[in-house]
Amino acid sequence: MKILKIMFKNSMRHKLRTSLTILGISVAVIAFIVMRSIVSAWDVGVEAAAADRVIVRNSVSFIFPIPYAYKDKLEKIDGVKRVTWANWFGGVYKEKENFFGRLAVDHNTFLDVYPEFLITPDEKKMFMEDIQSCIIGEATANQFNIKKGDIVTLQGDIYPGNWDFKVAAVYKPRDKITDATGMYFRWDYLNERLEKESPDRANDAGWYVLQVNDPKQIAAISQKVDNYFKNSAAATKTESERAFNQGFISSSSAILTAMNVVSFVIIGIIMLVLGNTMIMSARERTREYSVLKTLGFSGKHLTGLILGESLLISLIGGTVGLLLGEMVVTGLGQVVPKTIFPLLEVTTLNTILAMVAALLTGFIASIFPIHKAVNTKIVDGFRFVG
Amino acid sequence: MIPLKYTINSLKRRKLTTAITIVGVSLVAFVFTAVLMMAYGIEKTLQDTGSPDNIKVVRKSATGEISSLIDGDAQSIIATSNMIVKSKEGKPLVSNEPVVLINLTSEEGGTGNLMVRGVNETYKELRPQVKIVDGREFRFGVNELIVGEGLFKKFPDAALGKKIKFAGGDWLVVGVFSTDGSGFDSELWGDAKQILSSFNRGNTVSTMTIKLGSADQLDQFNKFLMKDTRLNMFEAKAEQQYYAEQSEAMSMFISIVGIFVTVIFSFGATIGATITMYSAVANRTVEIGTLRALGFSRRSILSAFLIESLFLSMLGGLLGLLLASSLSFVQISTLNFSSFSEIAFKFSLSPQIIISSLIFALFMGFIGGFLPSIRAARLNIVNALRGM
Repeated sequence: MKILKIMFKNSMRHKLRTSLTILGISVAVIAFIVMRSIVSAWDVGVEAAAADRVIVRNSVSFIFPIPYAYKDKLEKIDGVKRVTWANWFGGVYKEKENFFGRLAVDHNTFLDVYPEFLITPDEKKMFMEDIQSCIIGEATANQFNIKKGDIVTLQGDIYPGNWDFKVAAVYKPRDKITDATGMYFRWDYLNERLEKESPDRANDAGWYVLQVNDPKQIAAISQKVDNYFKNSAAATKTESERAFNQGFISSSSAILTAMNVVSFVIIGIIMLVLGNTMIMSARERTREYSVLKTLGFSGKHLTGLILGESLLISLIGGTVGLLLGEMVVTGLGQVVPKTIFPLLEVTTLNTILAMVAALLTGFIASIFPIHKAVNTKIVDGFRFVG
Repeated sequence: MIPLKYTINSLKRRKLTTAITIVGVSLVAFVFTAVLMMAYGIEKTLQDTGSPDNIKVVRKSATGEISSLIDGDAQSIIATSNMIVKSKEGKPLVSNEPVVLINLTSEEGGTGNLMVRGVNETYKELRPQVKIVDGREFRFGVNELIVGEGLFKKFPDAALGKKIKFAGGDWLVVGVFSTDGSGFDSELWGDAKQILSSFNRGNTVSTMTIKLGSADQLDQFNKFLMKDTRLNMFEAKAEQQYYAEQSEAMSMFISIVGIFVTVIFSFGATIGATITMYSAVANRTVEIGTLRALGFSRRSILSAFLIESLFLSMLGGLLGLLLASSLSFVQISTLNFSSFSEIAFKFSLSPQIIISSLIFALFMGFIGGFLPSIRAARLNIVNALRGM
């Protein structure tokens, strides 16, 4: 118990230095938490993928369409419960900077395959009845102050011209990870107009989404689909929604790697700050350690003394950093548009990582001073001049 | 003034603490420099794309080349403008370019979106910077491609001699081209007509690249487009300007995240420097008293400690810069959010980056050393001599 008391007293001897060190550690933990949260935010798309959805796209790349005629064939494949499809519309809403996903979807099946977009039965009825209607995610509706019943005009690029849509519903996301930024309108409206204006581009789907009865069959179904269309005009590439989203993330992997590396460099910096403090403290106390040794305290006691102090400081710094980091991330989540990071939050994994990192630094930072304190001869220790 | 030698010798006495502080500052300077180099690398790559007197005609609402469309009629009307420079054979220097994305598997196993650009016979006169570095040029009228040198390393399927399968045909990679690190180095080029017909796109291309007599004629050219109701949905931009805009989103993102992180980092390193300097002052109380007794003024003491701190951070800054500059040999590639295609770029260093990194490091040293130096200067001579 005495050792514990000395440990506390020791860490309080240089109040300024200890508080600066705690501040340094907590700042580094804040940075670590923010970086990790941004990296994790990237993965939200993968988590949001439903287990029972399969994406069928053109094998060349997603910018090429698949004929509408494939729909009937896809429906006949064993294990497929529902088939829906969508086209990426692109376009511009008021300013080019106003980015959110705009998709033409099949109104009959879309909401069944994507049950995470919540709208009321009345709103659904309106979406079914009015060919020009659309539904918009809560986050985007709030950002641009769009309300139910408003007319939203898009300037098309992939599909040239001005397009007017009536907002039938502002949908609510079912889960935290559900994308609440999309705008979905009716594919039959797009197709009808294309048939008039550029008939050769009509009757195409951007991609198909299959809802399957049993997620275990996804691999087999994907294989079947791709084999079936292998020698058709548009060969397909079929994969689970999860794998599809993963593919998008892997294309930004260089940046994610950089951020990951940086988040671990931060730990290196905490280690240096704390290590510096511990080395200095131990250095100043060289004579005291010799006194303790003379009184009969063993190396074990000294180790406990120094390690304990180091862990105490890192624990306090880590906790303060975590609390503040959580606030910073929450703040960022409110400031940054949902289209960039749909969900910015501190995950349990990252909390644990940060705490482990802080304690590990506490441990490593004490190794050198312990080694020195234990191995210094008593006589040399007494002669030591700071 | 207290001699500089005193400062340097003092640092040498506490080697470990000094080294730790220097490493701390250098890590921060390294990250700071690397982030700036990354953002600048992307900017530079895309700014160097294109030639100063070329312009690009795109659909006004299009956010990238792939979402721009120009139909055949509009192409022929635009090509009649007398502002366009004529080739040796008397044809207008225009390249009607379809741009498509294809998926290839990268070395690490991920999928990349690669841009395939179809070009016309005029492309060599329009883009004299294109050099074939391996293999040969592609022939018109057949399914052949040349690959930018930024790509073929990362995507083994696009290497010389390989056949790439898309749009119902095999495309043979016959050459590797270089544009000295511009954005074109991340593309595959082939005959525009071949690409249009195999993708069933009729004659609807994505963008047009045009050479004007002089860059000043851009405004006049835009007026020409505006006046014609068949053309007023298009706009012309200087080619380099167009590609520079494509880098904005990426370099903004990297800079914001990067600067935010380094600012937090620098906080940590500054605290590290403060701790070091406080202990330097505490350890040398008697020395400071002696110096004061010898007649050195408070100001000399203050500046001696500040110089010590600045010197530390300068060393750290230089070390960090040195580490970061080794990154300029690293080429990485990632998805460009704006064009939605793979872009290969190098970390690149500029004089401004060197200066800002050093200033940043010195700033950390100054802030970190300021309070401790003041404490040193304020010490009372008698108390200091007694080591209190």
